Amino acid sequence: MAQILSLLQAAIVFGTVILFGSVGEILTEKSGNLNLGVPGIMYLGGIAGLAGSFMYETAAEVPVPWVGMVIALACALAASLLAGLIYSFLTITLRANQNVTGLTLTIFGGGVANFFGGALNNMAGGVGQISVAATSSAYRATLPFLSSIDVFSALGFMVYLAIILAFLVSWFLNKSRKGLNLRAVGENPATADAAGINVTKYKYFATCIGAAITGLGGLYYVMDYIKGTWAIDGGIEKLGWLAVALVIFARWKPKHAIWGSYLFGVLFWLFFYIPGLTRSSQELFKMLPYLVTIVVLIIVSMRRKRENRPPESLGLPYFREDR
Amino acid sequence: MNKSAVKVPLVRIVKRDTIAVWRSWLVRLIGLVLALAVSAIVIYAIVHINPLKVYSAMFEGNFGTEKRFWVTLRDMMMLLCIGVGLAPAFKMRFWNIGAEGQILVGGIATAGVMIYLGKSLPTWELLLISLVASCAAGALWGFIPALFKARYGTNETLFTLMMNYVAIQLTSYFVAVWENPFGSNTVGIINQQTKAGWFPAVFGQQYMMTLIIVMVLTALMFIYLRYSKQGYEIAVVGESERTARYVGINVKSVVIRTMMISGAICGLSGYIAVAGASHTISTSTAGGNGFTAIIVAWLAKFNTFMMIFVAALLVFLEKGAIQIASQYNLNDFASKMITGIILFFILGSEFFTNYRLVFRNRKEAR
Repeated sequence: MAQILSLLQAAIVFGTVILFGSVGEILTEKSGNLNLGVPGIMYLGGIAGLAGSFMYETAAEVPVPWVGMVIALACALAASLLAGLIYSFLTITLRANQNVTGLTLTIFGGGVANFFGGALNNMAGGVGQISVAATSSAYRATLPFLSSIDVFSALGFMVYLAIILAFLVSWFLNKSRKGLNLRAVGENPATADAAGINVTKYKYFATCIGAAITGLGGLYYVMDYIKGTWAIDGGIEKLGWLAVALVIFARWKPKHAIWGSYLFGVLFWLFFYIPGLTRSSQELFKMLPYLVTIVVLIIVSMRRKRENRPPESLGLPYFREDR
Repeated sequence: MNKSAVKVPLVRIVKRDTIAVWRSWLVRLIGLVLALAVSAIVIYAIVHINPLKVYSAMFEGNFGTEKRFWVTLRDMMMLLCIGVGLAPAFKMRFWNIGAEGQILVGGIATAGVMIYLGKSLPTWELLLISLVASCAAGALWGFIPALFKARYGTNETLFTLMMNYVAIQLTSYFVAVWENPFGSNTVGIINQQTKAGWFPAVFGQQYMMTLIIVMVLTALMFIYLRYSKQGYEIAVVGESERTARYVGINVKSVVIRTMMISGAICGLSGYIAVAGASHTISTSTAGGNGFTAIIVAWLAKFNTFMMIFVAALLVFLEKGAIQIASQYNLNDFASKMITGIILFFILGSEFFTNYRLVFRNRKEAR
């Protein structure tokens, strides 16, 4: 029982990182932009949050946790929004190829984050020395009325924020007029344009806000998953690609992404709880989330159900005078 | 008609019909110069050194000694080889994001041959067997997503992306199995004493063989894509699948065949990386080159000779940035940052080769 509980907790913490990533990416993809820069954006969100709170904690004599938390949140949002803006400008205004631009953003984000992460470590006195304990504690504080229940006893507020955001985005896409317009843009921009929808504006907003949500995943990774430190081990990149995988797994529905993310978490940590595995067979077990995604991808394409398919114009640029 | 009633936007965008070759290169050159200027500002902001000195240090890092020159050349060939592998798939509009995984399985196959057969066979046979094994492994890794793409239209971008991570875990598995010495969590240098299965030095140069293989491959791929029937089929499928079907091309078999070729060449890059360079296998054997090569192939417009220049530029930047990093006590990731900035500018500059801007109340700008 205790084992299952601890697996569940690990899975939720893991799942929350990719839930942010994929909710943001769903919003982006619904506008027809396939942003492969998710890992890069998560990197940028994470490092910006860490740098912001580090500056604050070194400047303040007695750092107040919640102030650090707000600063980190603001920095992460700003940085990932900016990353979304770079991507939007290149792909929407300058019509650069989306895949290539996204991959470039991932290279750039990883470079910037690890460069400054390494520099922050040096400033803090050596490898692995950076730590923003106060801010991190604010992120890891449990909700007071839930902390007595076992499963919730180690979950910070961002776990719930991710779920709320998933529901919000789901509501926005399915129930609001703007969301309907956005989906029209992603399905067929030419038709949407003819109906008087400002395609460029919708694409910009969806991509930038989506990037901001994605960036929160990086922030959560830094503040909670690795407890307010920085590690140059490519951990964020791995999770970023899993977030992209989760979008497919959830079939572009934010609500499905919620349980999907926790399932990915269970699959990812399962090797840790199965007795008798050797180190080599553990590595094979870690393939599970990716294999499951591949299977889902194949099944979705075989069944050809319309509501399960990606947005029709996903990955294609739109130029009004092209027709 | 009241003229002021019609709202004319300040700038509008018009697609170019054609552009002179010199002009399109001028645009790219301007993009590159702007990128270098912005990178210089970033470098100055961080380290406060004269950027010109920085660029000369980059030159030093690439070509400073004969050894460095050859290492630069080796890395360039590696990147080029993957780009050449991606070219046919991309020309077919098949987004093979899975080069990273195809390299790794090729590397695993090579390392396996070196480990298990290294004692019993002479080097030339070993080299041949591992060549075939690595190509077969890469081809298999390309075949799986291609099969589902051809049969069910499964999204290849995401499928090949996932295959990367399956390959990474497979590599971790084999690293654990082949661990040497025990407890080190690495495979170590394979056949360090006997050098069985290593690329031999040609003309006294360790990396000459890599150079020869990749240059031959580049030329062959150029001919294949431009002058062969299969190359033409690839181009037609890429332009319009319906047209291809109409003229009687078997689209499914073209997709599968092309992806197997693509995967095989990427697998071959793994062979070069393991037998020709590192003589070991780890999850960082591909080292992100599979992703960078996508950008190489794209920027070169799938022209394999053009890829030589793009690969050279990217490797120059990377080696240069590593040199700066060690000279000025920064970390290596500066190179990724600068590469990112430069690629953003080059991608942006493509716009100006395809479109032109028309300003209000002015004669059409160029």
